[in-house]
This record gives sequence, structure tokens and C-alpha cells, in this order.
Amino acid sequence: MIDVIGRRAIASVEAVGRVGHFMGDMVRALPDVRTWARPAIVQMRRIGVDSIPVTLFIAAFTGVVLALQASYTFTGAVPLYFVGTLVGKTMMLELGPVICGLALAGRVGASMAAELGTMKVTEQVDALETLAYDPQSYLVLPRVIAGTVMFPMIIAFAMATGIVTGWLTSLALLDLSTPDFLKGLKLFYQFKDVWFGLFKSATFGFTITAVGCIVGLATQGGAEGVGKSTTRAVVYSAVLILLLDAFWAVVLL
Amino acid sequence: MIEFQDLHKAFGGKPVLQGLSLKIRDAETVAIIGYSGTGKSVALKHIVGLLQPDAGDVIVDGQAVSALDRDGLTALREGIGYVFQFAALFDSLTVAENLALGLRRRRVSAEEIEDRVREALALVDLSGTEERMPAELSGGMRKRVGIARAIALRPRYILYDEPTTGLDPVTSAVIDRLMVRTREHLGVTGVVVTHDMRSAYTVGDRIAMLYEGRIRQVGTVAEIQETEDSVVRQFIEGRPE
Repeated sequence: MIDVIGRRAIASVEAVGRVGHFMGDMVRALPDVRTWARPAIVQMRRIGVDSIPVTLFIAAFTGVVLALQASYTFTGAVPLYFVGTLVGKTMMLELGPVICGLALAGRVGASMAAELGTMKVTEQVDALETLAYDPQSYLVLPRVIAGTVMFPMIIAFAMATGIVTGWLTSLALLDLSTPDFLKGLKLFYQFKDVWFGLFKSATFGFTITAVGCIVGLATQGGAEGVGKSTTRAVVYSAVLILLLDAFWAVVLL
Repeated sequence: MIEFQDLHKAFGGKPVLQGLSLKIRDAETVAIIGYSGTGKSVALKHIVGLLQPDAGDVIVDGQAVSALDRDGLTALREGIGYVFQFAALFDSLTVAENLALGLRRRRVSAEEIEDRVREALALVDLSGTEERMPAELSGGMRKRVGIARAIALRPRYILYDEPTTGLDPVTSAVIDRLMVRTREHLGVTGVVVTHDMRSAYTVGDRIAMLYEGRIRQVGTVAEIQETEDSVVRQFIEGRPE
């Protein structure tokens, strides 16, 4: 029993050390712009543009449901224009970043872990090193930079989409006029709502891509190892997103 | 010159290399033979610093590989071509891009990259495959592209990890001929890890047998063929007992 606890404790400390080492290597690779700049643009397209459809799809339905649930909750107790307040605040502060972050943890984090894991087990990462490339510069930094830059942009679109579908739902199903919806939307609006949501999204983007890279590059074995890494990347990213979400709420709100 | 100095390496407590010592002189090709799992590929990875030794070291051109920092390793690797067992071509890049990647790192001009890619592919008889993806190539073609990727760098050393494993006899002979041609054309120093004796006899100036983590015997092809060491004899003759 003590032996098992001891081994787990050592493994945990080693894992923390590995992550610290990984982050240190990433910072060290930053000046190697010549290597990471071009792949970073490719990754921005892959992470950003290719993620837009799924993110907007999720955001659109979130906006619809938010408007309907707000109306259901407020009826008879709170003026209906508060639907606009709830849809706007919730999309900007919480659901836009978190729901889309969780969805992208599946899409982006899993695909990164699978891609890098496959490269690892087929010796492509070793091949890259023998060609005198630093995998941190060529594989990791482009992905992490792309994730950190593109997530706020994607989520800005998601927030806007959610608010628009919430507004359309209010018009079509709730007998709420556009001026009333806008009145609610503006009521408690602060610019902080937007930057808080976008800043949080950037940290989610960093976390998801860094976890995908760390887990992918630590892959061992063959196809089974790649499968395990993919699952691990999604689980770790999802847990970290929720922890970060709570952390930023405590620190910044 | 590459020199293994009393190299030790273990994985998960299981010793693989237990005092490997071997000198590879400039412009010669040494074939390292041995049973599967005896650490031949592990030894090769120490030359380029992909693995760190538990004890001992590999000395390349007078530099201890394990003592090199990231920049030192990069400089060392720029002079070494590495041919992987399963080619390790980058799936997302075309054949030409696979060859060009290492050259771009070495700041070779775009025109020269184009020339070197064409020349290297011609040397491995794969002219015209520049725009094909690795997934569209056969196993033998992938290995030849792997060799072309190493040749295009014009390295001082080429390391071959099981270059003929899994290939039919004719394709194996083509790869052997290619390795000989590479040595003759480019005058590079080569280390070939293999358990294919026909390949070892064809490409090796000397053959070294790795057994139980250290070199059991090293000698010319003729010396190995006439050996009286029972372990080496059994291996080269492929006798089960």
C-alpha cells in the first residue's frame, strides 16, 4: 500500500517536473522565429478557420436555449427584456468560452495529441531532430501560439452568434421586440465582460494546445498508445478548462 | 571518426548496452550485426544524441555527444544523415518537401535545394516522384526516399537503421547497391545496423557483432566469415542451435 502511494507520489512529481521542463523548453525556443513562424500560420488556419463551423453551430444553439430558458425562468417575476441581459452576459462571460472551449478540447486537443503521437511512434519526431530541428520550435510552438491567438477570435464569433440567435429566438418565439432585447443586452454591459471572456479563451487555447502537445509527444507504443494519448489529452484539457474557469472567476471578477 | 567508449544504457532497469566500445574510422562503413533486441538501434541513436547514455559516451569528431548542449547537438546533427528503419518520412509533406526540410534548416538557397532534391532522387532511381505523398509509395520506395533525404544533406556520416528489414530480396539488393554507391560517390563514413548478413557482407568494410550489450567480434568481411567464435558463427550461418 505504502509502496503504491510512494510510487504514485514520485510519478506525480515527475509529471510536474516534465511539464515544467516542457514549458521551459518552449520559452527557450521562442527566439527561433525562423522555424516556428511559417508552421504557426498553417496551424492558425487549421485551428482557427477549420474550427469555426463546429463552434458557431454550438454557439447558435446555446443562444437559442439560453433565450428560451431565461424566458421560462423570468415569466411573471422579472421583466422579459432581461432575456437580453442574460443571453449577453452568459454568452460573453461563461458559456461562449467554456462550452466552445470544451468542444475545441475534443476537436483541437485530440487531433494534436493523435498527430504528434503518431509522429512520435513512427519516429518522425526523431527524424526531425536528426534533421537539426528542435521539435519545440517546429511542432510545439506553432500549435501553442496558434491556439492562444485563434481561440479568442473563434470565441468572439461564438459570442456574437449566440447573442444573435438569442435575439432571433426572442423575436420569433418570445414576443420580445428588438429594442427591448437591446435594452436588456445593454443594461449591465461592461467592456470587462468581453475582455474577460476573450482573455479566458486565450488561456483555454494555450492550455488545450499545450496539453495536446505534451501528451502527444509523450506517446509510447503503437496505435494503442496513440489512442490512449488522444483520450488523455481530451480529459486533461476538459478538467483544466473547468479549473481555469473557476480560477479566473475568483481572480478577475 | 565515431567512437563508442564503454557505452552503457538500460531501459526500466533492463540493461541493453553493457560496455559497448567500437571505433568507426573516417570513410569506412561498419556494419553492426546482432540478434533483434540487442541494442543495435539504441547504439545508433546515441551517435546523434537521441538517447543519453547511463555511462560511457560516444565521441564524434572529438566531441563527447552527451556533453553537447542544444546548439552543439544541432551543429553535430547537421553533419549526419540518419536513415530510419521504417523511413520515418513526414506524412504531411511530399517527397520533395521531405528532402528539402533538412536543407532549409541549413539555409541552403531555394535553387540549390531544388538541384539537390533532384540529384538525390536520381541517385536512388526515384526521379519524377517529387510531388507524391509518402502514403502513395511502396515500402522499398519509402526506404529509398529515406536514403535520398540523408544523401541530400551531403553529410559526413550516414547512419542506417535496419535499411533492408521487411523488404523482398531484390529490393534489399537494390538498397545494398544504393548504400555502396552512396559511399563511393560521396565518400561518407557509414554505420549500418542490420541482421541481414547478405547486406552486411555487401556494404560493410568491417563487421562488428553486438552480443549481450558489447562487441563480441569486429573484423573485415573475410575475418568474420572465417571466425571460429561459436556465437558469431551461429549468427552468420543462421543456425538455430
